[in-house]
Amino acid sequence: MRILIKGGRVIDPANRIDAPKDIYIEEGLIKKVGADIKINKPKVKTIDARGKVVTPGLIDMHTHLREPGREDEETIASGTRAACQGGFTSVCCMPNTQPVTDNQAQIELILSKAQKEGWVNVYPIGAITKGLMGEELSPIGELKRAGVVGISDDGETVNNSLIMRRALEYSKMFKLPVIAHCEDKNLSAEGLINEGYVSTILGLRGIPRQAEEIIVARDIQLAEMTGGHLHLAHVSTAGSVGMIRRAKRINLKITAETAPHYFTLTEEAVKTYNTNTKMNPPLRTKKDMMAIKHGLQDGTIDCIASDHAPHLEDEKNQEYELAPFGIIGLETMLPLIITELVDKKILTLREAVKKLTVHPARILGLNKGTLSPGADADITIIDVKASRKIESFESQSKNSPFIGYTLKGFAVYTIVGGRIRLAEGKLVTG
Amino acid sequence: MKLRARNLLGIESLTPEEIKLILDTAVPFKEIFTRSVKKVPTLRGKTVVNLFYEPSTRTRTSFELAEKRLSADVLNISVNTSSIVKGESLIDTAKTIEAMKADFVVIRHSMAGAPHLLAQTIKASIINAGDGMHEHPTQALLDLFTIQDKKGKIENQNVVIVGDILHSRVARSNIWALTKMGAKVTVVGPVTLIPPHIENLKVKVSYKLDDVLPNADVIYVLRVQRERQKQHLFPSLREYSELYGVDMDRLKKCKKDVIVMHPGPMNRGIEISSEVADSSFSVITAQVTNGIAVRMAVLYLLAGGAENVGVNPVKPPI
Repeated sequence: MRILIKGGRVIDPANRIDAPKDIYIEEGLIKKVGADIKINKPKVKTIDARGKVVTPGLIDMHTHLREPGREDEETIASGTRAACQGGFTSVCCMPNTQPVTDNQAQIELILSKAQKEGWVNVYPIGAITKGLMGEELSPIGELKRAGVVGISDDGETVNNSLIMRRALEYSKMFKLPVIAHCEDKNLSAEGLINEGYVSTILGLRGIPRQAEEIIVARDIQLAEMTGGHLHLAHVSTAGSVGMIRRAKRINLKITAETAPHYFTLTEEAVKTYNTNTKMNPPLRTKKDMMAIKHGLQDGTIDCIASDHAPHLEDEKNQEYELAPFGIIGLETMLPLIITELVDKKILTLREAVKKLTVHPARILGLNKGTLSPGADADITIIDVKASRKIESFESQSKNSPFIGYTLKGFAVYTIVGGRIRLAEGKLVTG
Repeated sequence: MKLRARNLLGIESLTPEEIKLILDTAVPFKEIFTRSVKKVPTLRGKTVVNLFYEPSTRTRTSFELAEKRLSADVLNISVNTSSIVKGESLIDTAKTIEAMKADFVVIRHSMAGAPHLLAQTIKASIINAGDGMHEHPTQALLDLFTIQDKKGKIENQNVVIVGDILHSRVARSNIWALTKMGAKVTVVGPVTLIPPHIENLKVKVSYKLDDVLPNADVIYVLRVQRERQKQHLFPSLREYSELYGVDMDRLKKCKKDVIVMHPGPMNRGIEISSEVADSSFSVITAQVTNGIAVRMAVLYLLAGGAENVGVNPVKPPI
């Protein structure tokens, strides 16, 4: 298929491009990027991108696709549909499936399903430890051969510092980042929301910020000790941002992500006992939210990732304490970034695009996130002016705190490997 | 005057005027208890469901008596004997109750926010009879009523709440209620049992009971649960009792007219000595009696007060 994208504002941070340009795609690859491209070949599909922004395909490096094991909540098919609708051409799926993605067979299963049913590229993250139990390392070399792009015990923390040390050391041989969910579970002590004034008045058990920060501090020390690549998942506190900033100043190999809810919501949102405000780490305070924004501005936080965590309505529609942690995010991430960060001048559009393309690609060693000629034709076209009320989702689950919000900036085209999978804001079937 | 909301989920959302309305309304209801026929037709034809997910003697029987004295039809559902043990969700139980056309649901639940979930799901008026560590509004109202009754006023009374503030819904509701009505509240307990930022609720915090007792007009003793020791919140019940137990030695250092309150059930010899509990300083049994009157007032007002159930709520049955 030949595609010519005409007249859009092309933002390709990897090539320092931010200008009106045309892009020509042939055989799944980007052939040409330039001003006023004319193609004299048959069957060229032309997309009028005037007034729109054209970026490398967005990458979400933190997604829970739930398959295998919880296909009632999400599947590889439905999760990647949601990703496609949200403008993502690649997602990384976390290993806390049932069974856990800690061996070659599991990775192969996910990749073959994604090949057949996926709407976008799927890159699995393997488990750091077998069964996420924190006791024995997974076969990391085998996982790498099978195709993982990072390792993580997400949802769990590797409690044993020696095992975390070994993981950071051993993964160096395979150039895999160790993605850390930082939580001292003894200290978080089955807490439900951020520990503070709101937890006090609501009578919900608190999770102190230190539960996150103690492990961030430990893992930074271990990264310094080992020289391994530590990537900190879903950073939520001001203290974490400060520690990461200092660690980067001494050039440790540390990268970090945050999720949209940490720069849009605070613990105040919990006050109605809406279980779609329950996630781990929990929503923090205004001060933390400001620190996250500042960390995004000064580059302390490299990426924004969804932590898309689908749960059934019946699971969420119960007592706050009983509802599971997590919210979906693939279809609200881009508009939240544009509405809350770009429009409010926290980040320029170019900086925001970096955190969704070239940065995650570099962290994970993906040959993605750019519009260089010869690269895979993964492209997202965004209407940054389109405004819409959040009401329905492609995801199989609906657990979002942003239902009813009017947000701005939606993907109108998602092109994956030269194939148009979202056109005019609608999924292209067949 | 009327209550603004059709539910009573907590004291936090009440105005001082609404609290005063409830307390004033409870006075004539209490008067009924002295009659030979302790019943009025106020809620005749209304159905109240008492939905108790936690064991409770005091609160459940108090509500039941209040409802019966108002002539409501009363249905008790408690956890052990209902479909809840078969794994029915709160939402489904609520829908079942809704289908039975209940006018009120009184809910006691071990998890904070359960009454709110119920209020979002069904049309009946919801009364929170205690949800997790969140609130226990009718307890605070009956406590205010008792203070008003015994001390003549609530404003400027020095109230010392001693014990496990962290896990106590009674403490939270009382703090809201007392501070809204102008009392001066001090919370006392071990550091580990004082929740973060509690001072934002306009209370003083102290860790030494003996320092704050001489000024107290009211000592409000909270129940301490034995299981807290296992959560490393204090080393032993003995030590807790030595530091925070209210006994006669401590009471001697207090004002002569101090009153001692406890929401029950008591751990005699731990947070309160038997001598104190049974002394003339103790108003614990008055709290129980007043609880019925206050709950009658709440039910009457939530039913719409004079507007829906007649001007004279305490008119004897014909």
